[in-house]
This record gives sequence, C-alpha cells and structure tokens, in this order.
Amino acid sequence: MQDVSYYRPSSIKEAIKILSEHGPTAKVLAGGTDVIVQARERTKKITAFVDIKKIPDVMGLGIEGHRGLTIGAATPMYQIYNHSGVQEEYPAIIDSANIIGGKAIQGRASLGGNLCNGSPAADTIPTLIVLEGTANIIGPNGERKIAIEDFCTGPGKTLLQHDEILISLHFKRPAPFSGSRFIRFIPRNEMDIAVVNVASQIQMDGNKIESSRVAIGACAPTPLLLKEISNFIQGKELSQDLLENAAELFNNLITPIEDMRGSPEHRVDLAKTLFKRTMNDAVIRSNGEKVQ
Amino acid sequence: MVSTQKKADKTYKVIGTRPVRPDGVDKVTGRAKYGADIQLPGMLFGRVLRSPHAHAIIKKIDTSKALALPGVKSVITHKDLPTAADAALNLGETTDNLKWISDKVLAAEDALFHGQALAAVAAVDKHIAEDALALIDVEYEILEPVLSVHTAMDKKTPSIHDNMKTVDMIARFQVGEISETQINNVASILDLELGDLDAGFKEADIIIEREFETGTYHQGYIESHNGTAQWNENDEVTVWLSTQGAFNARDQLAALLQVPMSKIKVIPMEIGGGFGGKIPMYMEPLAAIMSKQTGKPVKMHMQRDEVLLATGPTSATYIKVKVGAKNDGTIVAADAYLAYEAGAYPGSPVSGGGVSMFMPYAIPNVRALCLDVIVNKTKTAAYRAPGVPAAAFAIESIIDELAEKLEIDPIAIRMHNAAEEGTRRHDGVLAPSMAVKELLEEAQATEHWNAELSDPSIGRGIAIGAWGNGGMESSASASINSDGTINLNTGSVDIGGQRASLAMQLAETLGVEYDSIKPQVVDTDSIGYTAVSAGSRTTFATGIAVIEVGNKIKKQIINRVATFWEIDANALKYNDDGSVSSPDKIINFKEIAAMLPNTGGRIQASIDIQATTHVPTIACHIVDVKVDEETGKVDILRSTALQDVGKAIHPAYVEGQTQGGILQGIGMALYEEYYYDDKGILKNASLLDYRMPTSYDVPFTEIILVEKPNPGHPFGVKGVGEVPIVPPLAAVANAIYDAVGVRPNILPVNPRRLSVLLKEKNNK
Repeated sequence: MQDVSYYRPSSIKEAIKILSEHGPTAKVLAGGTDVIVQARERTKKITAFVDIKKIPDVMGLGIEGHRGLTIGAATPMYQIYNHSGVQEEYPAIIDSANIIGGKAIQGRASLGGNLCNGSPAADTIPTLIVLEGTANIIGPNGERKIAIEDFCTGPGKTLLQHDEILISLHFKRPAPFSGSRFIRFIPRNEMDIAVVNVASQIQMDGNKIESSRVAIGACAPTPLLLKEISNFIQGKELSQDLLENAAELFNNLITPIEDMRGSPEHRVDLAKTLFKRTMNDAVIRSNGEKVQ
Repeated sequence: MVSTQKKADKTYKVIGTRPVRPDGVDKVTGRAKYGADIQLPGMLFGRVLRSPHAHAIIKKIDTSKALALPGVKSVITHKDLPTAADAALNLGETTDNLKWISDKVLAAEDALFHGQALAAVAAVDKHIAEDALALIDVEYEILEPVLSVHTAMDKKTPSIHDNMKTVDMIARFQVGEISETQINNVASILDLELGDLDAGFKEADIIIEREFETGTYHQGYIESHNGTAQWNENDEVTVWLSTQGAFNARDQLAALLQVPMSKIKVIPMEIGGGFGGKIPMYMEPLAAIMSKQTGKPVKMHMQRDEVLLATGPTSATYIKVKVGAKNDGTIVAADAYLAYEAGAYPGSPVSGGGVSMFMPYAIPNVRALCLDVIVNKTKTAAYRAPGVPAAAFAIESIIDELAEKLEIDPIAIRMHNAAEEGTRRHDGVLAPSMAVKELLEEAQATEHWNAELSDPSIGRGIAIGAWGNGGMESSASASINSDGTINLNTGSVDIGGQRASLAMQLAETLGVEYDSIKPQVVDTDSIGYTAVSAGSRTTFATGIAVIEVGNKIKKQIINRVATFWEIDANALKYNDDGSVSSPDKIINFKEIAAMLPNTGGRIQASIDIQATTHVPTIACHIVDVKVDEETGKVDILRSTALQDVGKAIHPAYVEGQTQGGILQGIGMALYEEYYYDDKGILKNASLLDYRMPTSYDVPFTEIILVEKPNPGHPFGVKGVGEVPIVPPLAAVANAIYDAVGVRPNILPVNPRRLSVLLKEKNNK
C-alpha cells in the first residue's frame, strides 16, 4: 500500500477543487473495489482518494416516467438490482449488476466505478452501451455528456479528465416491444472475469427486427458497439438462420488477444454463441416474457 | 449430503462417533491463534524482493539505497546466509540438498524462476519495507528460460544447474548414485520393471498407447505462509510459524542458520491448510537472520501472489502409457514413461506417480520409467498424494478406453484386474491388504452408478486410484489430573482434525470420556521428535503413539491400584469403562485419579515410536458432467466418492477430507493451472485467475466409507487424507468422453481446451 490522503467532500464543487489541486494522482473513490486494490498493489500511482459517497448527486437512482432512468455514478450494485423499476424495464442492467464480483463486492461496487475503471472486460459496459446510456460529467469548466460507447479509449483509459467527476448515468425509456440481455462467459460459475461478454438490445415489429444494438467485451482494447451486426439484421425477419449468418460477421469484426483467460479462436466462437443467446433472450423479453 | 459408512465388525465406544473438535470453538469465534496474530514488542516487518525474470544471472545486488530509507533496519542478500554445505537433508516426505535449500531461501549466483527470493528487508512497518524493495538495485543478465520437460531434456538446451548429474533414485523419495543414463536437466531417474514387457505385449489382443499432460497446480491453502523469529543475545532462536512439521522446520532452520537444534524453539501456530505445501522453509530463515542483525523480532507474511509465485505447487507432467490387454480384459503388459517438472531445483514426486499408478492392479509385466526434470519454474513441493493424480489420470483414461473398445463394463474390467493381497508390484513390494474389489463392488451397487442419465449432453465417468500413505516418527505424552481429566500432548500439527482423532484413540484405549481429554499441539522444546503432519500419517502413526501412551498408563494404574489394595497386580483387570477390578473390588477412573496424589504421585507416560505398518488405500470416484458443446464448458452435476479408510476414527472429519480431496481433484481436472508466458513469467498469480473451483462449481459429494481394517494399527486406521484426490481427474475426463465422445488428454480441460477437441471431432 502506498501512503494516501483521504478526502470526503460533501459537494461536487469541493470534490473538483481537491482533484484539481492534487493533480492526476488523486483518484475519485466510490466503492473502491478497483482503486483500493490498485493502490495496494501499486499498479497505479495514487496519492489521494476523494471519496464522493457523501455527495448526494452521485448516490441513488430513479425512474422519471418518460424521461427514463438516472443512476448516480456511485450507487452500489445491490441498490440497483433491488430496484423494481430497473428489474421491470432494464433487465440487462440487472443481468450485469448481479454478476459483478460476489455479494460482498456488490455491496460497494458501482456502475460509475466499473465504467471509469475502463476494463475491456467490464461486465456492465456492454449493457450500458446497448441501452444507449449517457455519462453526465462535471469538471472545472462545467457539465458535459458523453455517449457510453465513446467513453472508453483503451485498457484503463477513458475520456474523463483527472479533475472531472462522473456524476450519473442516464438511460432513455425503452421503446415498446424492445428487450435487452447481457451474458458473460466465464470458466467458473462465479467470481471470475469475462472471457467474452455480450449485450444485445432489440426492438421488434412483429417478427421483423425494427432496430438492435450489440456490444461485446474482452475482445478489443475497449468494449465495442458492433453497428455492423445491427446493420446486417435491421429490417429483416428474425430467424435462427439470420442470427447464424450475422454471427459469422464476428470473424472479421473482432481480433481478440491470447491471454490467460482465453485464446483468439475460442473468444470468436464464444462471441458468436453469446450473440445468438443474448439475441434470442432479448426477443423473449421484448414480448414481455422472462428468460431463464 | 449423503454419507454412508460400511462398518468394520468390531464395535467401539468412542471410535466412530462424531464429537465436536477441541479447536472448533476457538476457530469459529476467531480466537484461534495463527501466525498472523503474533504481535511482539518492537517487532519489525519483513518483505522479500523477488526475481522478475525466470532465468537470469545475478550480476550485482546493491542494497545501499534501501538501507538508507528511514525506518529500514536490515536488508539482506544471499551473502548474509551461512555458507551451506552440499549435503542431503531429510524432510519427511522428501529429501533435499542444503545448498539448494539455501539458494531457494535467497538466490546466490542466479535467479532460476520468476518470483525467486533475491533479498529481504526488515522495517518498522510493512509499507516502509515494501517501499524499500523498490530501492534495491539488481543487475541481471537475462537467459533463455527452460519451460517444458521436452525442452529441458533436449541435448541442445543448456543445463540449468552446471554440474548436475542424473542420479538413480534407489528407493522412493531418496536420492542415490550417479546413473548410467545421463539426460540433460534430469536430476534423477527411477526405472521400475517387473516381468517381461515384450512377452507381455506379444500376448495382447489390443494395445493402446496415449500421451497425457497435466498442469502446475497449487494446493491453494487459505492461510498464506508466515513466520516470526526472535534471535536472542544468547543465540537462542524462537520461531512462530505456520508449518506442517515443527521439528522439520526446526531441523531445516538449524542446518541453514548453523545453530544447534536445541537452541531453536519452534512454536507451531494453528495452520490454515497445507496439503504438503507447508513443509519447505521460505521466509523463516530470513526473519531469523534479520532478527539477529537488529536484535528485534521480525515478522514475515507472504501476500497471495507470492504464495502462488514462489512456494511449491505440484509438478506439471508429461506421461506416456502403453497398455496391452487380452480380449477378455486381462491386462498383460503396461509401460509408462513419466517426466515431471521439479521446478528450478530437483525433487518432483515423479516416483510417487510411477509407483502408485499401477498399485490397484495385478499386471504381470510392468515398467515405469520416472524422470525428475529441472525447468525454470518455482520449485515444486508435496501436494496431497504427491505425483499420483496425474499418473492415475493417464492409466485410468486408458483403462476406460480399453473397457469401451473391448465392450466390457468399466467396473468389471477393473474388478477383473484388481490387485489382491500378495500381488507382486513393480517396485518389488508384495501388496498388503487392499480393498480394490470391495470398493468396486460398493461402487457397482451405488444408486448413482445405476441412475439413468437424463440428457445426451450428460456423461458419467468412473476412476479408481491408490496412495501408499506414510508412517514415520511420532511422540506423545499424557498425564492424569487428580479430577480424572487428562492432558494429551503431541508434536503433530493439527492440519485435519487430529487433536480430535488422537484424543478419541486415547479415550478408547483408557475407557474414558472423550471430553475428559484435552489434546494439545506443543512446541519443539516440549515433546519428542515428531515428523510432519503429511502422508496421511498423523491419525495412523501418532495414533499408535497415543495408544501406546494409553497402554503404558493402564499398566501404571494397575500397579498403583495393586499397591493401594495391597494385592498382586496380576489379579487386577483394567475394564473397558476405565475402572479397575479385582475379583471382589472395583474402583472407577475418577476414584483412581483422586487417589494418585497420595499413593506415590500422579501418573504420566510418554513414548516415541516409528510407525512402519502403514498400508496403501484405494479410492473411487463416480461423476456426472454436463457439457455445453457450444462453449466447451463442463458442469459437475453429481459426484460420489468411495474410499477404503481402514477404520474411520471420526467419520465426519474423514468425510471432510474426502470432500476436500474430490474438490481439489476436480479443480485439477477442469479449472486450475499456472499460466506462464513464453518468458516464463507467471501471469495468473492471483486467486481470481488461478481459478480454484468455488461452491458454485462443485456440488457436495456423496461419500461412502468402506472399512477394511489395517492389521498394523490397533483400531485398523489406514490414512485417509490424500487418496481421494487421486481418481477425480480421470473420472471427470472419462465422464466428458461419455458425454461428447472426445477424450481429454491435457488437463485442466478448461472450456478453451475442450472447444478445440470438440472442433476436431466435428471436423472429422
């Protein structure tokens, strides 16, 4: 562990001031399930933690009718997956929030933290992407919004400046006859990092695919939104053959690496399988039915 | 969890019951004292600098900047260790060379694996010690690492140890003379042969030859290694640590530190798992030397990444086996070649594999050629039935294939070839009483084996395996208090409920209540030499010592009562309930205890034994798996273990051992392995990516204990801890074959490996 200073500001303004004064080695602390480990293992140089959990703006979540869902960036996973509105309307968020770490981690880990950590294998980011999430950010120069698919720029790297704070994530209200699903593949059944993860969102018009979004993790330096897949299936009648053909696009869309968690070949195969499984489940959910 | 016990005939009062363990309350309330709980006044904290390279010459280590950091009290390198002689040292389950032990503690001329200790720091707190590590300058000349047994043995590969010669292992776990066969980077060789292989294979109607590989697996004990040392001004050293053997630790320390054994007191703390991995010394000698330098106690505690990087997992293996059988299933010849990675220093358990793999069977013509191969990876250590799970995976996979090709039931073919008492083994030994047939009969009768498989993606596999168990030295002493309670001291570290199993054996011997005995593990100043708690020996061997102590106490009691009653001792009888009677009088145990102080003083007895009557045991595993052919993922659906235990002293703790062994075996089959890059850097030194199975991955195993008593133990104990880990690797592989028709030959057969096999099958 490195020596670190600890700050617990009660307003955004105060937090930004501390971050600005300290420079890039000051880190925002939410649940700490990534940054505290990084400080302890010295994988990142960290001299100060700015704990934002006493700032009301970043905690809690709510659905405001047609305006959609806003989740405070530091809201712990357990609050998210226990929220009946999220369970009802954004089941893919539940898919993701339910499998981050284990129960103990879920008591602290947040969507904002998972996003800012910028892991290529992050288990919430593909979901946040396919649900067209927006990141609300405040910095010394005021507010800005970034589409989630643009947020990550490389392993551990994001568009967030060191003196900016991710305040909340916003999701529009799901369209009628739409559904979403996230599935992660891990060799174990719990407590593991994705070999590949896929989120799919689909909006149906009868048996025709009105629109879709597909995102994949652990197959590139950042989670990827795969517009080519959506373009390929859009406007077509849903069938297993269509999904099989769409899955073949993964051969050229992703170039995953060889590492201790998987081989390129296995990752491409898994991407195809998870794409088909998430699509089929998303279609089930678009009919208002539950999946296994 | 279902558990069944097939009982031996004899009935007991205490043996076979399930009382609460003496250490249970302290452990579940967090009061039990582990090495990490040691806090001493003025204590310093030590950390170790480790090699970032798998193979490098150490050109220079400059510690001056680290020493100058405020708060740093000592920085040591290999130069600070006493010069170590090039001589063998017996470590109980294995032997080792002192120079090598010294180099493993702190590297001398070269770093031979990623994570090898190069220097150590003691500072006023652990964060300063950690800061100081970054200030130590090491200059390396990086060499090409040798990362597989095949590369290591290639003539073109340079020798990792310059002057090392291949020696013959004259007997199991011992190192002998220079061998006639010299193989590059092979430390030792064992060639066991029985009968005439050529003639045997000529008789065969079918011959199957296959190659197998298994990964490097860590024991995965929860408690990481730790040790605290205090070197006093009078050169007496006290060490608190987590070890499987306090005397083994003391003797290694004495040799390394060049301090007389009597001047070192080792206090074994509670141990959070070991499985063979807590026999070697790692940091304790460093803590002792830094304590000597500073005059303060020094505590060291490994982080998890250090445990995985630099302690002793079991060997990765390459095994080739050829088996010939007749059409009726009779195995007529078997030829095995086993090359095990020792790690960077000699001492893999390859002989254990080569000896044990054929133990369950009677095969007239057998050979096992065993090679102990040096590679640039961490030095392996003992791990639960050392060397056997990999070898059993090989032979049991082939027997499954034989059964399939000859259209014989997999249990029937094993039954047909089962070893019996008196079967001549290829290591020359005549097999003692074993329960191969009894176990297979029980397996045949299980509900699990006979249950229908509900889905074509589900398969069922079975395998058996043997382990020889250990004897070795044990010491015990007991004293009777005036209220009739008894203090029982042993030197056996309690790694699996042995305080309970030993107290139960004394209670049974003396005819007293289990609760009246307080068993304790004591330090090396307080009891006679006791070997490591390993080799499934403790309940067996220390049990014999405890029973002998009980018998000595009984004799003394008879004599005392004789004196008290003024009657000939031969007229007295020691009864099953602890009372003593003459034809017309009786005195119970409590009354005897109460009269002792006034009739010559209290009674105590102690004994030192060397147990030699240990026998092998047999285990069987039946497992159902479900395979997701699209992802290559295997789920364990159902698991049943059968095991010959001789006699289960405390059945619940025996079942606990079985559950754990099966779990670790399944971990080897499906999940765990060291992942090195091509430079020999270990990439998954964390429990996240090392991937031991969790409770979500492996269901509870149904357990059937079969009791065929060991005639060499008064209650029939055989040893139970190790053998359950032997069969699951092959059982899982055989179940996968049953489900999807591919035979995994490389373990762990994780989704990535299985998906390759499934693709090959589908492309055929």
